Amino acid sequence: MTGFTDGEWHRLHPLTPLLRGGITFVAIVGFLLYNVRDILIDMVFGGPGGEAEPLLWLYESEYFWLAVLALIVGLGLVIVGYYLAWRMNTFRITEEVLEVRSGVLFRRNRKGRLDRIQGINIARPFFARLFGAARLEVNVAGQDANIKLDYLTSAAADELRRDILRLASGTRVAEAQARAEQEVRLGDDGRPLPRTAAVSQLIDQRVHELLAPELDPGLAPPESVVTMNMGRLVGSLLLSGFSVFVLALVGGIAWGVAATGSYLFLIGVLPALIGTSSFYITRFTRSLRYSIAGTPDGVRIGFGLLSTSNETLPPGRIHSIQVTQPLLWRPAGWWEIKVNRASTSSAKGAAGQANTTILPVGNLDDVRKVLALVLPDNADDVSTALFERGMLSAGGDDGYVNSPPRARWYLWFSQRRNGFAMLPGVVVLRQGAVWRQLTIVPQARMQSVAVSQGPVFRALRLASLRVHTVAGPISPSLSAVDSVEAVRFFREVADAAILSSSADTSHRWRSGEATA
Amino acid sequence: MSEHLDLPEITWHRVSPRYIVVDLVGGFVFALIVVGAGGVVAYFTGLAWVWAAVALVAVVFAVALALTPRRVRAIGYQLRDDDVLFRRGILYQRFVAVPYGRMQLVDINRGPLARALGLSELKFVTAAAATGVVIPGLAEADAESLRDRLVALAESRRAGL
Repeated sequence: MTGFTDGEWHRLHPLTPLLRGGITFVAIVGFLLYNVRDILIDMVFGGPGGEAEPLLWLYESEYFWLAVLALIVGLGLVIVGYYLAWRMNTFRITEEVLEVRSGVLFRRNRKGRLDRIQGINIARPFFARLFGAARLEVNVAGQDANIKLDYLTSAAADELRRDILRLASGTRVAEAQARAEQEVRLGDDGRPLPRTAAVSQLIDQRVHELLAPELDPGLAPPESVVTMNMGRLVGSLLLSGFSVFVLALVGGIAWGVAATGSYLFLIGVLPALIGTSSFYITRFTRSLRYSIAGTPDGVRIGFGLLSTSNETLPPGRIHSIQVTQPLLWRPAGWWEIKVNRASTSSAKGAAGQANTTILPVGNLDDVRKVLALVLPDNADDVSTALFERGMLSAGGDDGYVNSPPRARWYLWFSQRRNGFAMLPGVVVLRQGAVWRQLTIVPQARMQSVAVSQGPVFRALRLASLRVHTVAGPISPSLSAVDSVEAVRFFREVADAAILSSSADTSHRWRSGEATA
Repeated sequence: MSEHLDLPEITWHRVSPRYIVVDLVGGFVFALIVVGAGGVVAYFTGLAWVWAAVALVAVVFAVALALTPRRVRAIGYQLRDDDVLFRRGILYQRFVAVPYGRMQLVDINRGPLARALGLSELKFVTAAAATGVVIPGLAEADAESLRDRLVALAESRRAGL
């Protein structure tokens, strides 16, 4: 039943050209139809000519049939071109790679190794959703290293994702097939669905897909561990740095008008208004149906209201995690979680930013749940308590090795909080008393570690630490640590990095189970 | 009171003393260009404070050049069982540890002067751009054998990203 894992070449959704052209295509067809309607009415009822004059002239001239012929040939060529492009665009999955071929004149062939997959994203733009189509994007480590399959039918995209994840996870094929046999799609009455569904059933299915929650119930626990609270979302948007900027802008304009008495300043208001409201609306609609859930093949994060996207991050694909609290969110106790990843996905996250934000806004409880999902090995009480102290504690002797009091010259407010801790498998860095942040780096993902010291820090017997990970919004580092502690940290982390990475099998995350 | 960062148990491999020449000449040429340009500006403006600034820059360069031999002697590396340790700097010290399994590729670069003196520069590239480990001033044969050894080590310890 798993139709994609046979190693054969497969094609995309037949409506792909239409869906890729999307709105533009519909607009052009609509425009043509609209014009042709006028001409036809004029022709049949002998209207006054008017706008259709050149066409009428053409109709009467001897070149008419030539023009019609040219039009038909042109249209035919376009259709044949699209058809060929669709036919030539094929993909296949083998045990080791996902391979895509495309292009008619210029052939392109792209292979991605399955054990280097960093994430799989299923995006459903609104227009494509109406046709029950979805875009599957496989992110491999590196810049512009994504393999896109647009478009597939919604069900096929889900099935393909499951197949790719299963092959990538390193589960043995025989076992996988045995499991697949049991996964025959069942109808509502418990019997297997026939391959060819009746039209009414098809419509039902479309409606169901449109209304269904983003998480495929067969693959994930249906409940997202975090539910986005409407009030919190609105509040977090209003209390964002952007709002401060907007307020400053409004204040500036008001002051300008009041001071000069001229309303010239108001010219800028309309574009600014459009800009700001679109920012708020996008961010709001993207985050409103936010969901995050654990699946056997990684964390699944969904975004979007009309156009949805749904990303799966297999285990061991998160290179560092940062929990931050902007100052304005502090009274409400809200936090944001970002991650570093080795790939860049073209799908956007909550606010049109790169999708490295895995929790746009959440309270302490949400943070706890998300951390337990992304760091399943550190979900025990000791680690959780340490993470929480890392977020909330004012500092002091609480399990972190903090900067010594003499670092106050350098860290005016955060000296008591600025520190590190080591847990099995992860390094924890805590920073900032005003903008509180906690950075967690899995040891198996660290690339290297550095300790450095300049003349000022030497005089104070301090040093800076830095853990190197793949590029992203987070660069884990800690400054003004006691130099003896810094050297100790350097030694321990260097040893731990070797141990963890040699024991790490997450590039084939289920290979351990398969052999057991 | 002040003390340098140190890892006392490590016996560091030092780079070739010939690299001092490479570093000195490079630094000298750069200093000459900067001071020369400053001198031209000062000559045409004829302002006393511009001359003073140029003189100050020249003194800073002179001190930096005088410290070059010490700086080169401070560069060190050691291949441990599972990682490379690298250090450099006296005033601004930096220690880096890179596990072999994290190396994505190893580069050998040779500048014209270094080539004339039979030296090479070895550069380690990991998935993190910030790692920045470059060992200059290795004898050509050493650099190549070191590269081959590192590639072999990286191969035997390969893991996911």
